[in-house]
Order: sequence, then C-alpha cells, then structure tokens
Amino acid sequence: MTARWTRKDLLGLRELSADEINFILETSDAFKQVGTREIKKVPALRGKTLVNFFVEPSTRTRTSFELAAFRLSADVINISATTSSLKKGETLKDTARNLEALHADILVLRHSSAGAPQFLARRLKASVINAGDGAHEHPTQALLDLYTIREKRGKIAGLRVAIIGDILFSRVARSNIFGLLKLGAHVTLVGPSTLVPREFEKLGVEISHKIEDVLPRADVVNLLRIQHERQRREYFPGLGEYIRLFGLTKERARLLKPDCLIMHPGPINRGVEIDSDVADGLQSVILDQVTNGLAVRMAVLYLCGGIAA
Amino acid sequence: MSQTRKSSPAAIPVMDAEAIRRALRRIAHEIIERNPQLPAVALAGIPSRGVAIAQRVAAFIREISGKEAATGVIDVAMHRDDVGRRRELPVVRASSLPLPLDERTVIIVDDVLYTGRTVRAAMDAISSFGRPARIQLAVLIDRGHRELPIRPDYVGKNLPTAAREQIQVRLRETDHEPDAVWLERQ
Repeated sequence: MTARWTRKDLLGLRELSADEINFILETSDAFKQVGTREIKKVPALRGKTLVNFFVEPSTRTRTSFELAAFRLSADVINISATTSSLKKGETLKDTARNLEALHADILVLRHSSAGAPQFLARRLKASVINAGDGAHEHPTQALLDLYTIREKRGKIAGLRVAIIGDILFSRVARSNIFGLLKLGAHVTLVGPSTLVPREFEKLGVEISHKIEDVLPRADVVNLLRIQHERQRREYFPGLGEYIRLFGLTKERARLLKPDCLIMHPGPINRGVEIDSDVADGLQSVILDQVTNGLAVRMAVLYLCGGIAA
Repeated sequence: MSQTRKSSPAAIPVMDAEAIRRALRRIAHEIIERNPQLPAVALAGIPSRGVAIAQRVAAFIREISGKEAATGVIDVAMHRDDVGRRRELPVVRASSLPLPLDERTVIIVDDVLYTGRTVRAAMDAISSFGRPARIQLAVLIDRGHRELPIRPDYVGKNLPTAAREQIQVRLRETDHEPDAVWLERQ
C-alpha cells in the first residue's frame, strides 16, 4: 500500500494535494468515533510529548489541540507568550531548540508572524503543526470546515461556498480558499472592498460586495469574525455600517436555500456578523464545527506524530 | 483483477472456496453450541477480512439457528503497540460495536492468527467501549508463532508455518478474487 501521508509537519493547505487533504478527512472519520466511546482514549501517541506553543494567545484552538492530544494518550505542555522565556528576549529558534532538548515530539505553534511554523519545521526534528501564523494560514480550521461540509452535504466538489467578512486579515479565509478550490468547490468572497482585495480573484475565486446577490445560490456560508480593531484603522466606518451591509440578519438568512449550511470559526459576535437567532438556528453547524475540530486535530496529530523519526 | 492464482512451487493452495465455507459453517455451529444466549453475542471483525468473515459467520448462525448474532467492526490501528516504529502509518477506520457491552460475549474475528499482537490491540480497543462479560476469538487460520499468551476459541484450520512463509487469504468481498488461502514460501 502506498503511503498517503509522509509529512512530519502540517504548515498549510496550499502545499497539500487534494489526495492528501481527502486522506486527512477520511482519517478524521475514524477519530471522530473515539469521542463516542465510553473511554475516549486510544494509545496511538502514548509516550509522545506535545507542546502547545501559543505565542499569539488562544483558548479555543489550544483547548482543542490539548484535548485531541489527551485522547491520543500523549502528554501535553502548554506554553504561552506571557509565561514563556520569549519575554526575556530568547529567540524563537532557541526556545524551540530547548523544547526539543526536552524531547518534545510535536510542537503546535500559533504565532503572529507568517512563516514562523515553517521556520521551525526546517530546523527541528519534532513535528510542527501550524495553529495560525499571522494572516497566512490556519490549516486545521480549514480542515475542520471542509470536514463539516463533507459530513453534512456528502461532498465538496461543485458546492458554492461564500466566505463573508474580513478576508484581508484572515488566515482562516486563506486556508479555506486553498482547501475548497483544491477539492473542487466554487468560492465567492463577500465583504467591504477595503477588506476583500481584488487580487484574490487570481486565486480562482469570485468577489462580491453585495451579500444579497450571493446568499440565494450559496450551499455554504462561512462567516468570519469582525475584529473590532479594524474599525480604528478605517477599513470600514463602524460596526453599525458593517451589520447593515454584511451582517447575516434574520431577514437575510431567509434568502438562503433551506439546506444551506451556516458556519463560523468562532467566537461569534452575536448581532454583528450573525444574528443571535440565526446562530442558534437549524441551518447553523457552528457547534458541529467544534466537535469536528477535535476529530480533525486528532487525525493531524496521529498522521504527523506517528511517523517514525 | 479477478485472475485465479496459479499454483507454483512458491505458492501452494491450502484452502479453496468450499473448504473455507465448511470451516466457517463449522465455526458458526461451535459458536451456537458454546453460546446459548445468541442475542448476547457480538461478532467483532478486524478490518478488512475479519469484517467479511464475521458477516459470513453471522449469516451461517442465522441460517442454522434462526437467531441473529450482532456484528461490529474493531479497528486496531489506533491501538497498535508499534506506532512510530513503522515507516508507514497504518490506515485507521472507525470502529462500531453494539452497546452496551456489559452482558455481551464479544467474539473477535480475524483471518489469520500469528503473533497475537493484533488480537491484543483488539482487546485494548474493546476495553475503551466498555467491559464485556467475556471475549472470545475466532480465526480462519492459526499459523502458530505466538509472541503473546493469546489463544483462539474457534479455528477454521491449524496451519503450522515457518516464519519466512506467508499466508495469503483472498475473499471475494474484500479482494475481488475467488475465496482461497495460499501458503507462500520466500
């Protein structure tokens, strides 16, 4: 049997083939089942050490990786920027080398600089998993989004997916664009022209600044969080303006096809990018995304961490 | 490819389709004999061929006794004791077992019993689903060379082999070839 996964790291979706992405999704099916067992633990990564190195803070993603590691019987250490030696001026490379000297097997890294995971992956024997690097990629988020779509709709190819919101600064958007296009979906980016640059069309996506035009034909709507700091940098006039033009209100949600999925990477701003009732409605799969995130991260840790060094 | 394999000095046919059928039917009889409460039995097949064998045995049980024995799938890849030692990562599949296991007799079903490590992994997997009343083991072929203290309860055929020999099992459901068991010498 030819090996379908041979990488020690997961740095992004851009460099993966469709076959590799599908293999991760199939592997995730097996690990999703583990969450339904009475004892939610398998010994696949027993004795391995995973370090959650979150230089950029996160609770949700870090907790998800932590749980995934526990379910695989790995040992977990959590390091955040505030508690780490980075504050004392240690370079990223030295911090990582020190962790490797402690025989860390898997490093899950979130960092505000694009390329930081790749930088470490080249220098360390340990597996490096990108949990978000600047505005570049967030591969496990896109993988769990793809998994959720595949679970609910049976396929990805041919579906019309609308990604709505702050695309410019979003690593979630970029990873999703790469993954969706490789698997044959049609992608439309929706948002204010200041946050959805025209250059993205070169990737093979459509762009629209009018949400009402896109919603009726969408099979999936993926809403990105509006980061409040953008307001101050004058990317759009204010939250009220954003909601008026791009918020998924109850009225706009009526334009959607009945089987259209509503997705959001979280945490949701109720009443901003999505109406409270819509977030809790029947078409919303936001909580499924969280459950699937665990399965996908277990699959990624197994595939990258299980390969003989 | 559904080509029938040709016999050669290197590959000897050990069981044909009829021999396999008789062996599995006999195993079904033995299971019925040893398990008066058939609804409590769960035939848990190890993918891929163990699953096919489990389904065939369940069909024989239904045919002979009129009663249903439940079937399930036990994926052992996540429970192996050699993760990180192999160059190729074994493919994992979702498991499923009829729950709860408390009053059940789970019969692990596989095609070939060799070192016993796969069966150990299967028992480890079963324990994460619950605590069955008892666990038994049914195999089509026992080729010897156990590395762990594990023994089968139901055996289709005992086939002593040398370590450098290989047993090849082919089933139409999984291999798209006629049913057969071959002994290959290197």
